[in-house]
Amino acid sequence: MEIFLQQLINGLVQGSVYALVALGYTMVYGILGLINFAHGEVVMVGAMVALMSINAMLGSAFPPAIILPVALFAAIFACMLLGYSIERIAYRPLRHAPRLAPLITAIGVSIVLQTLAMIIWGREYHAFPQLFPNQSHNFGGAVINDVQLAIIIIALLVMSMLMLLVHRTRLGRAMRAVAENQSAAILMGININQVISITFMLGSALAAIAGIMVSANYGVVHYYMGFMLGLKAFTAAVLGGIGNLRGAMLGGVLLGLIESLGAGYIGTLTGGFMGSNYQDAFAFLVLIGVLIFRPSGLLGERVADRA
Amino acid sequence: MPQNRTLCMTQADNPLLQLLGIHKHFGGLLALTDVTLSIRQGEIYGLIGPNGAGKTTLFNILTGLYQLDGGTFNFNGNTYSRCKPHVLAEAGIARTFQNIRLFPNMTAQENVMVGRHLRTQNGIWAALRRHPAARREEKESAQRASELLQFVGIHRSPQTLAKNLSYGEQRRLEIARALATDPLLLALDEPAAGMNATETADLKRLLHTIRNQGITVLLIEHDVKLIMDLCDRIAVLNYGRKIAEGMPEEVRSNPEVIAAYLGGNPA
Repeated sequence: MEIFLQQLINGLVQGSVYALVALGYTMVYGILGLINFAHGEVVMVGAMVALMSINAMLGSAFPPAIILPVALFAAIFACMLLGYSIERIAYRPLRHAPRLAPLITAIGVSIVLQTLAMIIWGREYHAFPQLFPNQSHNFGGAVINDVQLAIIIIALLVMSMLMLLVHRTRLGRAMRAVAENQSAAILMGININQVISITFMLGSALAAIAGIMVSANYGVVHYYMGFMLGLKAFTAAVLGGIGNLRGAMLGGVLLGLIESLGAGYIGTLTGGFMGSNYQDAFAFLVLIGVLIFRPSGLLGERVADRA
Repeated sequence: MPQNRTLCMTQADNPLLQLLGIHKHFGGLLALTDVTLSIRQGEIYGLIGPNGAGKTTLFNILTGLYQLDGGTFNFNGNTYSRCKPHVLAEAGIARTFQNIRLFPNMTAQENVMVGRHLRTQNGIWAALRRHPAARREEKESAQRASELLQFVGIHRSPQTLAKNLSYGEQRRLEIARALATDPLLLALDEPAAGMNATETADLKRLLHTIRNQGITVLLIEHDVKLIMDLCDRIAVLNYGRKIAEGMPEEVRSNPEVIAAYLGGNPA
């Protein structure tokens, strides 16, 4: 029972991160019908920028209560700029190209960003400093620490703000209008390019937050960390129904839970033949399962008809 | 000079929209050739012609979806060339589509509120901080949307998703959305298509009310009876050329128009 509860907590924490990243995939897909495979790398850049900012300020007199928000804003700002540039440079010129072209470009951007990060920050694992004492709390036999609590709470907060933005504001309506029917949205006086840029920037801001969460939770940052995280968040978005915001959040949390419960029990279930190192396999089994049995995802309506 | 039926004389001869020698081609196909017409403030102007005559192309030029290849286009005292659609929307040209183009997964009210986009301005920060000005603007938007839904007669289901409305309601919702942009010119592309007799009669009343509010109406329609009843003046396009223009009675008896519709040589 303790194992179950512990894996539930771990799953929720991991799932919160997946949900934030999945939202970035799903928002861009909703508006452009494009899978932005470079999104995972934006998470990595967010973590790296946060790490650099923290390291730059650590020796100074600033208290951690200032360092962390400054690093957070630096990461968000850098990622928004990166997200904007990716769309402007790599995707916008291909807006009317066949669907396959931007998809391949997305993979290209992902490789370029990884390589650039490797050149700038090196191949080694960087330690992500612990700014605050990270206390553990006992919770019915399971353990949850401050960082994990913060991850869940901040993710909930950020996601409710996003939902508020999308469903209750002028900008959110414009975003949904562009996603639903571009030519009609244009005639309502909506500046499509601006809305698309803002969408990329919003998704990237969420990615920056997710990047800091992952780094603070595991304590390491690495130039390759965005790749697997990105693929899994993409899986989460597909699981929930890509293009659907609620679906991305649901899919993220579900995928986190499936992974963590799967990893927790696979040893017992296979009599020790397979261990928790098979954790990554669950995400992709889920992806295959969804694509076979419910390609539109849990909350999705239309089947994706684009690459 | 044809008389304007409702507005006073001072406004009657004031051209709101002027097209002078408009050309548009797609490759070797001449979609519009030397089309000249002027639409006066406050009239209901009909645009008719056989399929492929260039009526919708003209609409697409008016709303900036296509760029014209020659000629000039004056609207409300300004000349427009190579303008983006949102510029023309802001100038006061709104339209509906022949095939309905709503935002299907948004509610009726939200669809109309999107139409308020141009006339509102709150950005992301004001909205997220729940700034009083943002809340007021949002409330006004919603209020205006309700009024417009009432106006077109779908106020009973403001929270229904657009895709779940009936066909006639969807057509009227599209008109409400276009009206939300505060247009000077409302361009309707076959608004009565697929409507039954009752719905068409309702539409006719609605268009009269819209015109009486001072909004100029430009109408593409195949329902000849509707056009003849409704319009102050009519232009007929055939193969991208204007072959006739005038009051309904004049146009109806024009031999070239009869030939275009029924085939054969002008008598």
